Amino acid sequence: MTDVSALLEVENLKIHFPIRDGLFGQVSGHVRAVDGVNIRIRRGTTFGLVGESGSGKSTLGRAMLGLYKPTTGTVRFDGKDIQAGGRKALAALRPKMQLVFQDPYGSLNPRVRAGDAIGEALLAHGLVRKAELRETVLEVMRICGLAPYQYARYPHEFSGGQRQRIGIARALALKPELIIADEPVSALDVSIQAQIINLFSDLKEQQGLTFLFISHDLAVVEHLCDEIAVMYLGVIVETASRNALFDHPRHPYTKALLSAIPVADPDAGRNRVVLQGELPSPAAPPAGCRFHTRCPLAVDRCRIEVPELRTLDNGHHVACHLA
Amino acid sequence: MPPLVEFQNLSTHFKTDEGIARAVQDVSFSIGEGETVGVVGESGCGKSVTALSLMGLVSRPAGYIAGGQILYRGKDLLTLKPEAMRTMRGNEIAMIFQEPMSSLNPVLTIGEQIVEPLIEHRKMPPKAAWAEAIALLTRVGIARPERIVEGYPHQLSGGMLQRVMIAIALSCKPKLLIADEPTTALDVTIQAQILDLLNRLKQDEGTALMLITHDLGLVAELADRVIVMYAGRVVETGTVRDVLRHPKHPYTRGLLASRPVPGQRLRRLVSIPGQVPSPARLPAYCAFAERCFAAVDICRSGIPSLGLADAPHRAACFLAQSGAI
Repeated sequence: MTDVSALLEVENLKIHFPIRDGLFGQVSGHVRAVDGVNIRIRRGTTFGLVGESGSGKSTLGRAMLGLYKPTTGTVRFDGKDIQAGGRKALAALRPKMQLVFQDPYGSLNPRVRAGDAIGEALLAHGLVRKAELRETVLEVMRICGLAPYQYARYPHEFSGGQRQRIGIARALALKPELIIADEPVSALDVSIQAQIINLFSDLKEQQGLTFLFISHDLAVVEHLCDEIAVMYLGVIVETASRNALFDHPRHPYTKALLSAIPVADPDAGRNRVVLQGELPSPAAPPAGCRFHTRCPLAVDRCRIEVPELRTLDNGHHVACHLA
Repeated sequence: MPPLVEFQNLSTHFKTDEGIARAVQDVSFSIGEGETVGVVGESGCGKSVTALSLMGLVSRPAGYIAGGQILYRGKDLLTLKPEAMRTMRGNEIAMIFQEPMSSLNPVLTIGEQIVEPLIEHRKMPPKAAWAEAIALLTRVGIARPERIVEGYPHQLSGGMLQRVMIAIALSCKPKLLIADEPTTALDVTIQAQILDLLNRLKQDEGTALMLITHDLGLVAELADRVIVMYAGRVVETGTVRDVLRHPKHPYTRGLLASRPVPGQRLRRLVSIPGQVPSPARLPAYCAFAERCFAAVDICRSGIPSLGLADAPHRAACFLAQSGAI
C-alpha cells in the first residue's frame, strides 16, 4: 500500500550481518542489527529515531539511503522501491537523499577547500553548470550561516560547529528532499549545539525539507521532531507523535529513557527508573520481548511471546504486552 | 577547619606555536571535606587543566604552573617532590576519566590492575589484595566479580569499564575523587546507573567529589556547589540552587538556555553566538564580551573580578555586579 503523504516508507525491513569465524570464514551466526522495522516518514516533517548504541538506529538510517541491501523487506522513497532499479537507479536517487554525519572532523577532506567540498557533488551529479557553481555554493553557505570569505578556507581553519555547517551545506546544495542526520550535534559543545539545532529548525521551516534525525539525546529530539520512534535491539518498541510520546510514554523502555534525562534544575522531581544490566548482544537477542531481561515489569508472558507493535490511538504504537 | 582543597590564584599555561596559551588564569575556589563541587564549562575552558594541575599531571615541558597555590589540608601541593606527590595520588586524591578504555592497560587483567595500587599504596599482601579487589567490584555494582577479575578490558562494555575505574579510584580510600566527564561516553541508561553509583558512594563513603562536566543536568543531580569556567577563568560560583535558578553571568544564562528543557518545546533555542576564543589570543578585557548579548563599553575596559570572597554567589561580570542585568 502506497501512501502519498509519505516520502519514505520502510516495510518489514531486516538487515542481518553475517558473523564469519574460523580459517575458511564460515558463517557462524548473524548480527540482527535491524530486525523487522516499519516506518513511515511524511513529507515536510522531522522524524526522530531514538536509541542507545547497538540499537540499530544508524544501520536503519543507512539502509534508508540504500547503503545496505535489505536481508528482507523494502525501503520506498516517493513510492518506489529504492533497490528495484539496480545500482544506476539508486545513484540517480542519491541527490534526493543526503546524509549529515556526527563527526564534522572525520567527514571533511583536509585538502579540499570548504566551497569546493560543498560544490563537488553538484558537479558530479551534473546539477549545475560550472559558471553557476560558485553562486550556488555561496547561496547555500549563506543559508547555513557561513560567510563568503570562508569559501576558500580549509577544514582545519574551522571550528567544530562551523565544520558541521559545512557538512549541512554540502547536503543541502543538492536540493535534497530528505536529509538523514546521524547524531549531528552530539560531538559539539553545548552553546554550539544550540546554534546547529536552530539551523535545523530554520531549514525545516524555510526549505520545507523532510528530516530523519537519529539521536540518543532525547531532549534534542523532543525539541526538533514531529514524530519519534524508539528502537531497542533492532526493533521499534514505541512510535508516536512528539506530544504523545513525551507526555504519555507507554513502553517501559521509553519511560526509563525519559526519566534518565538529567535536568538542570535542582528542584526537579527525580523519579528515575534505573534499568539494570546492559543491552544484550544483537547476535543473540533474548526470546520473547527483547527488553524483558532489563524490564522492571516483565512477567512470564514477556519471556515467551514476542509483543507485536500495536496501535493504541491516533498513531501511537507500542510493542509491549503490558502497555 | 580549613577546606580539603583550596586553589589560590592558580594559573597554568602552555607554550604553543601560537604563543603562550593561558589555559587556567587566576583560578581560586575550594572544596570542603565530603563536598561535591561541579566544575562546568565547554571544551577549552580550563576545567580539565585545573584538575590535572591538582593531580600534578600537567604535561611538561610545554605545560607549567605559572602562579598560585593548590593547598591540600593547608599544605601546598605545588611544592611537593614527585615522590611525595605520587603518594598523594591514589592515597588522598584519585581521578576517573571520560574514556575508561584508554585509562586501562589492555594487556593486564582487570584484577591485576585493581590489586596493583592495593599492594603498592596500601601495602596489602597479594591474597588479601585479591579478596579486596572482588569486594571493591561488588561495591561498584559488578555482578560475578570473580569472573570479571580474570577478564581483559576489551571484553567489557564502556559502562562496566567505568565501574572498574571507579573501583580502582576508590581502592585506596581517597578523600577526594576527581571525575572528568565520567558519563559523557556512556549511553543514557548506563549513565543513569553510574550517576546512581556516584550518588551512593558520596553518601556512604563521605568522599569529596570534584565533578568536571559540560552538563548542567549532572551538576544539578550531584553537586552542592558550582564553579562555571570560561576561557580559563572562573566566571561564576555559588550553590547549585543559586547558580542554576538565578544565574548572574550572561555566559551561565546562555549555557542554561542552550539546552532544550524537557516539556518546554520552544520553537527556537537561545544560542550564544560565536565561539570560545583561543587561549593563546585572549583579550585584555572580559573574554566573553564578544559573545555577550549585554556587552557595553565598560566590558572592554578590563578583566572583571569575581568580587568579595565571602559572598556565596558571585559572578565576574561588571554588569551583574552593578545590577545592570
